[in-house]
Amino acid sequence: MAVADGQNTVLRVLVTVLLALIFALIELPDVVSRARPELLLLVVIYWSLSAPRIVGLTFAWACGLAVDVLTGPILGQHALAFLFVAFLTHKFQLRIRIFPIWHQTLTVFMLLALYEFLVFWIDGVIGPAITTWTRWLPVLTSTVLWPALVAVLDTWNRRSR
Amino acid sequence: MVTLSADSRPIIGRGPPLGARFFFLLVISIAVMVMDHRGNYLDTARMWMGVALHPLNVFVDAPHAAWSWLTESFADRARLRKENAELSEELRVARIKLLRYESLVEENRRLRELREASQGIGERTLIAEIMNVAVEEFRHRVRINKGASHGVFEGQPVIDAFGIVGQVVRLDKFSAQVILITDAEHAIPVQVNRNGIRSIAMGTGKLGTLSLPFMTIESDIKVGDLLVSSGLDGIFPAGYPVATVTRVERNPQDTFATVEAKPLALLDRDREVLLLWPQKDDAAASASAGIQVDTTAAEPAGESPARSPAAE
Repeated sequence: MAVADGQNTVLRVLVTVLLALIFALIELPDVVSRARPELLLLVVIYWSLSAPRIVGLTFAWACGLAVDVLTGPILGQHALAFLFVAFLTHKFQLRIRIFPIWHQTLTVFMLLALYEFLVFWIDGVIGPAITTWTRWLPVLTSTVLWPALVAVLDTWNRRSR
Repeated sequence: MVTLSADSRPIIGRGPPLGARFFFLLVISIAVMVMDHRGNYLDTARMWMGVALHPLNVFVDAPHAAWSWLTESFADRARLRKENAELSEELRVARIKLLRYESLVEENRRLRELREASQGIGERTLIAEIMNVAVEEFRHRVRINKGASHGVFEGQPVIDAFGIVGQVVRLDKFSAQVILITDAEHAIPVQVNRNGIRSIAMGTGKLGTLSLPFMTIESDIKVGDLLVSSGLDGIFPAGYPVATVTRVERNPQDTFATVEAKPLALLDRDREVLLLWPQKDDAAASASAGIQVDTTAAEPAGESPARSPAAE
């Protein structure tokens, strides 16, 4: 994990977050849409690890709130889930950052599972939750996406050092 | 993988500790959720945040919108002629139906006035386009391109040319979320058009299926029956087609029959929908009092609505 603390890191963070938000909104065929990776969460985890001074808890929370405003049933649902994930990431940031990639991917898998569980749980609190197994698909697809995302963003970070 | 940072500023010891920030934001999240869910106290805040993020919606919708604009602008002549012919044929059929409709409306109005019961007909409408934007997995919701600035309100009925589509659940300034009647959280009071039996059609979460869980096994309902809105919820105006019954199963040891219906609106294929402003009872009555067609009914019409329940 490249540490990104350069001058234009803020810009890169904003660009990736915007792209991830757009990705979350794009209309996809139903089958694909079910398995849509949580790109925004991955981006937030990545920047929490590599630029912890820029992407703090508040930033992650705000990203979650944006998801709520755009798609969520109530405000605060995804914000809360983002907050938990960001907290754990920050808490163990120094350790996760130096994990080998497969170990890191496993950690991200667990964070994603926690995220989906929180969203699912709040869904259940506010109304009848949908209990099909397909709602856990994003955990898998996002996990698969993680190494690729790290590779791409690391390369970008190094190049613009 | 690991690249050491040249930055040697300490990470720890700047600002409040991590745990404190986490706890603070946690409390805020929960407070926000409770306020939003229990009392809708945050509608204004949500609306303005929606305005800030609206460009994203427009951006994502843009390619699709541009494509449909392009295909419309460069449609070839043969197709346009064919479409034109089809449309005029459709219009002719509709006109003929409308001839009867006009007289039926008049008759209906006269009868209602005789019963001193008034019900709004002739609503204001507005066409809205469904934005090509993903809203929420597993929920049947769509985003339309009309919002509070166009006078849309929460709970507003949305229809298309074939039947009821759903209602507005969430309002932004320039867009709105519509819950479809097939969403698992949606229910609509209906009545069987043939005999007036009232029931409730619940969404199942499956596109193309509604279920009517409160039909007793004795009730007179059969496959092919048309279900229309009954208007008892005060949200959907009465008499709009909702669904046709596709399955009725009567199990003698149960109290209720298993009844399923298929929505008539093209929920998954619509691009354009219609927003309805149902007329309030008194507005409808004064409007109908203005048109004096039948002398027997015209004079009490103006004062009828307030006392209409007493006459029953």
